[in-house]
Amino acid sequence: MSAQFGSILGKQAQGLYFHAQRAELLAANIANAETPGYRARDVDFRSALRTASADRMVQSHDQHMPSNSRFNTNVFYREPAQASINSNTVDMPKEQTAYAENALRYQVNLRFLDGKIKGLMLALRGD
Amino acid sequence: MSLEGVMRVSGSALAAHTTWLDTVASNLANSEVVSGSAGDVYRSRQPIFATMTKPFGDPKGAVGVTVEGVVEMGPPGRKEYAPNHTLADGDGYIYHSNVNTVEEMANMIAASRSYQNSVEAMNTAKQLLVQTLSLGR
Repeated sequence: MSAQFGSILGKQAQGLYFHAQRAELLAANIANAETPGYRARDVDFRSALRTASADRMVQSHDQHMPSNSRFNTNVFYREPAQASINSNTVDMPKEQTAYAENALRYQVNLRFLDGKIKGLMLALRGD
Repeated sequence: MSLEGVMRVSGSALAAHTTWLDTVASNLANSEVVSGSAGDVYRSRQPIFATMTKPFGDPKGAVGVTVEGVVEMGPPGRKEYAPNHTLADGDGYIYHSNVNTVEEMANMIAASRSYQNSVEAMNTAKQLLVQTLSLGR
C-alpha cells in the first residue's frame, strides 16, 4: 500500500527529499564559512534527477545489484571564484542565494504534493 | 529527514560563533591590562574552528563546525619603560597585552554576521518543516 502511494506521489516526493538534502549541504557551507580549509559542496539537480529517473533500471536477475539513486553520488566541490587566505572556498552571497532558491523550490514541490494529496482525498471521500 | 540536519548543522555553527564572540569580548575587556612580567601578561585569545570529523547523519553528508580549542596568539605585547608604575619589574618595565582592538572589532562583526546567517538558515528550515507538517490540510 505504501509503495502504491509512493508511486502516486512519485517525483514530487523525491524532489522534496532532494531539496531537503541540498538544504543540509548548503547549511553546512554557511556554518563552515569561517573554518580554515573547508571546501564548499553542492549537488547538481540535473544529474540527481537523471540518476533518479535511471533508477527504473530493470533487475532481470536476482544476483543483480539494485541501482539505488544515492544522493551523495552527485555531490561536487564548488570551484571558488577567488582564492582565500585560509583555503576556505565558501562564497557567502552565493550560498545564501542558493539556500533561498532551494527553499523556494522545496515549497513548490510541497505545493504540488499538497494538490495531489487533496485530489486523492477528494477521490476517496467522493463528495 | 534532513531539514532536521539543517537545524543540527546550523546549531553547531551558533555554538562555535558564540565562542568566538566570547573570546572577542574577553580580548576587548583585557586590552588595557598591564603586567609586571612578560610571561603573565594577557595575550589575545582566538578560537580555532574545525569541521566536525563526524557528520550527523550520512557518513558523506553535511558536517557541522566545532571549536577545536582557544589559543593565545601572537607575539608578546609592547614593553614600556615606566619605573614609577606600581607593577614595574626590577628594570622598571611594564608589559602591555598584545590585543589589537581594531582587529577585534572586525572579528566581532564577522562573528555576528556568521551567527545571523546560521540563524536565518535555521529559520527557513523551520518554516519548511512546519509547512511540511501541514501537508494535505
